[in-house]
Amino acid sequence: MNLSRRFLLPTLGLLFSCFIRQISAAAADDQPVEVYSRAAVRVIPISVTGYSGEANSVVKFDLEVIGFQITDSATAQYNLAGKNDGSQVEGRLTDRLSKASLLAKAYTGGTTRSQAHTLADEVVQAILRVSGIARTKIAFKGESPDGRTSEIYISDYDGQNSIQVTRDNSLAAAPAWVPQHLHLLYTSYKSGFAWLYSHNLSTGERRPFAKFGGLNTSAAISPDGKRVAMILSKTGSPDVWVSNIDGTGLTQLTKTAVDESSPCWSPDGSKICFASKIDERRGLFLISSSGGPMSRLNVGGVPSPSEPDWSPDGKSIVFTSQRGGGFDICTVAPSGGNADLLVAGEDPSWAPNSRTVVFARRVGSKRVLSLLDVPTKRVKDTAQVAGSRSQPSWAK
Amino acid sequence: MKCTKVLNLFLASVMLVTIAAGCKRNPKNITNIPGQPPTRVGEGDRAQPVGAGNPLPMGPGATGAPIKDIRPGDEMNQNEDRTALAPQTVYFEFDRSAIKPSEQPKLDQVATYLKSNPNFQLKVEGNCDERGTEEYNRALGERRAIAAREYLIQKHNIESGRITTVSFGEDKAADPGKTEEAYAKNRRDEFVVLKP
Repeated sequence: MNLSRRFLLPTLGLLFSCFIRQISAAAADDQPVEVYSRAAVRVIPISVTGYSGEANSVVKFDLEVIGFQITDSATAQYNLAGKNDGSQVEGRLTDRLSKASLLAKAYTGGTTRSQAHTLADEVVQAILRVSGIARTKIAFKGESPDGRTSEIYISDYDGQNSIQVTRDNSLAAAPAWVPQHLHLLYTSYKSGFAWLYSHNLSTGERRPFAKFGGLNTSAAISPDGKRVAMILSKTGSPDVWVSNIDGTGLTQLTKTAVDESSPCWSPDGSKICFASKIDERRGLFLISSSGGPMSRLNVGGVPSPSEPDWSPDGKSIVFTSQRGGGFDICTVAPSGGNADLLVAGEDPSWAPNSRTVVFARRVGSKRVLSLLDVPTKRVKDTAQVAGSRSQPSWAK
Repeated sequence: MKCTKVLNLFLASVMLVTIAAGCKRNPKNITNIPGQPPTRVGEGDRAQPVGAGNPLPMGPGATGAPIKDIRPGDEMNQNEDRTALAPQTVYFEFDRSAIKPSEQPKLDQVATYLKSNPNFQLKVEGNCDERGTEEYNRALGERRAIAAREYLIQKHNIESGRITTVSFGEDKAADPGKTEEAYAKNRRDEFVVLKP
């Protein structure tokens, strides 16, 4: 069973509840049954004591996002105790049963938030032995409260400390990070047309990246930062194109008479996954990033898949499935097979840890960004604002 | 149309080159959308940088005068008239980009308008309802705009360089409601007349 490969946490001896219900074509017929798969991994009970105010909420939020459950000291598997006084945040982490001390540090400098995030990341490292995500960034589309304009923003992964990147009083969409750089590509209608822009956030320098006739959108930068996949319609239909990061070497990968959308890269840059509609059936497709035939990715019959994003560890493609009027976040192996239906939502983007996903959730008439811990299926909303936030992209 | 002699010569030479090279056929009902000049020659611009405009290659017989890097919109007329063809707004079925037979008379009227106003150009704006993911809808809206554009080109012989497209996906709802009636109003092509 590939679950154990995906979410293996051997040092913890966590119990897998192997009741993942996988979706078959038969189960997807708009039936009001509970179709979501169950959590593959149980939450880890941890106590967090001694903190106040912002430090307290930040540490707890960060730990809950990554699959911990905050409980009392007596029943927790781990105890995190410490204090914060405005100038520093302290933390002592112990294994409650063995009494082993796993961490004892004080964090200074920066803000209380950044000190608390750093502590949380080190707790995650000490227990799960993986890098934390509490100090990573996301980019997203933010709509004005009346929905008439949208701008590109970046923020901390929890939605806090958001910074407005564009001020075009127009429509903007689909931001994508250049890996390892404070640099975005995104779509803006500033010119009246959908053009792609390349925006260096360090220098503020911005230039049009693709401004061909028709649609220029859905930029995705290869994990090595050297190439860009995008959707252009300049030859008369929305197709997948790739170019070098400097714009040279533009090549048309697909030449269908239907609409392609949302390309993403495999971690080694050899393949591109995207959404299309072939033989009147919507699906995810794979194509070599150097061109060639496209092949359908088997997603086990979940309806209308789109918006794929390939995990950095290469093991999973997360995507959106449309079922009736609703949207669901799903994962599937890149080799295809039955997809796991995780939670309601759309626009998923993997975190650098290949475990957490940021996605958009419709709440009433607006969308909020939420964080999904895929193994435990815990969902936590990021900071709320007046307007809709959607199309998140996690910096990697 | 503000086609300069140079541009005419350039296009003529490009056509010759294309014929000589044996033009790769595009799929049916697909016509390049006007933008930067290279888009006029199909796939001949693959090596062009995406970003800043490069000087165009000069064909044989060209005078050597530089051709400016035309952007979408630059070579189109600049004054937008959103009311002239507002009654001709074309509506679509859910998740479809085909022009319904019932909507074709509106496009025939758009063609008549363009033929009687030869200096005007057309921007087709494709839109979707919210029942689709955002980038999927951006592509679907583009296909809806292209469907109208192709109809005007193929059925009425409107010059392809007069019609450009833009897709707003689900970002410009005509009706913000959450009803089937509102959704139906949002799945549309709007026609914006571009005047000198």
